[in-house]
Amino acid sequence: MVTANSELTYNSKIEGDIIVTRADAAINWVRTNSMWPMPMGLACCAIELMASAASRFDIARFGAEVMRFSPRQADCMIVAGTVTYKMAPVVRRIYDQMAAPKWVIAMGACASSGGMYRSYATLQGVDRIVPVDVYVSGCPPRPEALLDALMKLQAKVKREPAASQLLHP
Amino acid sequence: MTTDVDLTTAVSQQFPSALPRASLDCPAFNSSAAEVAAVLKYLRDAQGFDFLTDLTAIDWTAEKSPRFTVIWHLYSSEQHRYVRVAADCTSATEPVMPSVTGLWAGADWHERECYDMFGIIFTGHPDLRRILMWDGYPYFPLRKEFPLAGLPAALPDAEISAETGAGVIAAPMAGGPFVATPGQPMSAAEPRAKDEAWNEHSEKTV
Ligand code: SF4
Repeated sequence: MVTANSELTYNSKIEGDIIVTRADAAINWVRTNSMWPMPMGLACCAIELMASAASRFDIARFGAEVMRFSPRQADCMIVAGTVTYKMAPVVRRIYDQMAAPKWVIAMGACASSGGMYRSYATLQGVDRIVPVDVYVSGCPPRPEALLDALMKLQAKVKREPAASQLLHP
Repeated sequence: MTTDVDLTTAVSQQFPSALPRASLDCPAFNSSAAEVAAVLKYLRDAQGFDFLTDLTAIDWTAEKSPRFTVIWHLYSSEQHRYVRVAADCTSATEPVMPSVTGLWAGADWHERECYDMFGIIFTGHPDLRRILMWDGYPYFPLRKEFPLAGLPAALPDAEISAETGAGVIAAPMAGGPFVATPGQPMSAAEPRAKDEAWNEHSEKTV
């Protein structure tokens, strides 16, 4: 198929085996398409997180199916559920153990804001202890909403100045 | 099988101070902190109430005396029936009750929860620590003077609070608590704040 701008992109007849790109684009391409989640399943939202990973919704389509229960191997913490004050330091410690670059999705009303638990026992939003990249509304959010959040996060990662962050951390 | 009347008679013969307690369902008795362990042992050994289904407490508010009442619900797996026993704590400031972990091992966590929420000390408990809140939490959340939104306190982990600057805060209620109005169609009865005139950003004026 001939597209209008085919001559502007890679043409093996002209350029041989060389592909020219920007370091940012290449690094971000790698990062976005293999984002291993740390499933921080703390309450009912975790059930929807599991559904997102299962066959019907299949988060593997977006390269995020490898749920890692070791923070060392994870890129993206999905906080799915109610974060109690007793659990909050543990969430933060696991976040600290993840290797950079790392991102956080706050899934559901509880993780985003404390949700309906305006109570003495619940942390009023996980962003009080870890930096959150994407918030997902819903109680619980449908798996599609989590997939949308993942796509939003991927779009965000694609805009990051990855190379300069690597050179000047 | 002994009837409820038999049970009431038997208990009041054995323990003249254990008076029947008003109850809408199963037989119930009011006992005292000093005697309740013996009453419970009698119910278990002589009346076949082999299972402790629940152990909880009531806070009648700080103005009332006695302030705290501890409640035990027992079940007999042979007779398939329940009995309820209640006993007041003598002190309102340092409520104390004998532990029944020696009678039912399952009382262990119930008593820990009761201690965690009401601050009732169960004497003779093998390991009376908080169970839901963390060690070092300064309040007893189910006491009546404790607000639902909570009171400021330190996070369980000092290192994390130092790093994040976060702590336990009084939860923003924003006109809440969010309650459903009874007797309405479902659409109108949806839980919402009773007073939506204020929230975190604009303070309550009156
Ligand atoms: S947002 Fe709703 S579904 Fe999710 S953890 Fe909270 S209460 Fe459960």
